[in-house]
Amino acid sequence: MVRRSLEPVLWLLFSAGGVVSALVLPILVLLLGVAFPLGWLDPPNYEHLSAVLLHPITRLALFGICVVSLFHAAHRFRFTLYDGLQIKHLNEMIALFCYGGAIVLSLWAGYLLLSLR
Amino acid sequence: MSGRAAYTEYHPRWLRRRPSTYWWLERRAYLSFITRELSSIFIAWFVVYLLLFVRAVSLGHARYLEFVVWSRHPVVMVLNVVTLFFVVYHAVTWFNLAPKAMVVHVRGKRLPASLISASNYGAWVVATAFLLWLVLGG
Repeated sequence: MVRRSLEPVLWLLFSAGGVVSALVLPILVLLLGVAFPLGWLDPPNYEHLSAVLLHPITRLALFGICVVSLFHAAHRFRFTLYDGLQIKHLNEMIALFCYGGAIVLSLWAGYLLLSLR
Repeated sequence: MSGRAAYTEYHPRWLRRRPSTYWWLERRAYLSFITRELSSIFIAWFVVYLLLFVRAVSLGHARYLEFVVWSRHPVVMVLNVVTLFFVVYHAVTWFNLAPKAMVVHVRGKRLPASLISASNYGAWVVATAFLLWLVLGG
């Protein structure tokens, strides 16, 4: 079981991630995942994308978006498994898998966004 | 049940029956609940996709074009269309719930739920417009 004292932090990250992902992800999925690949819109040119992504504020914002969204997803998925499949006896393993995944991906995001050049 | 001994005619019935693994298919409300919960998988996938995109751009023009070709693969595209559905579903359910989670009082009076929903949707419009401007190049 996750220590009791950690639970409020996890719920806080869940809420923060819920708000952030609701505000910014739909348009990003629509553009980067659907509109550009399907040819509904011409993708922006490389120089523009590169300039936007290299800006320190963009990197910091992207890092924040990624981390809170990952912890939001991890927390929600943990309870999806918990309630949906009723595998409560695997609680510790599920928590380790969900939050562990979020931590690993957050570290990757941090490394990636710090090392952009 | 073959391995159980001590089964008598007066064996007590268990107080609680274990619900079916597919309990969430029984009602529309349950289905919409589980749909909302499953949005988590697609949010996690899109964060990975976004990071792969950032990495491709950072590795140079050629790698970016490779990413664009990969993003047009039917499997990736179908996954992203499904992701769009789930992400929008998450956003709408989240904003609709906001008035229940946020109780705001101004001068001793509780703000009406519609005002809190409306301000959330307003923030969504502003964030969307800003990101469109940022990505598409102003």
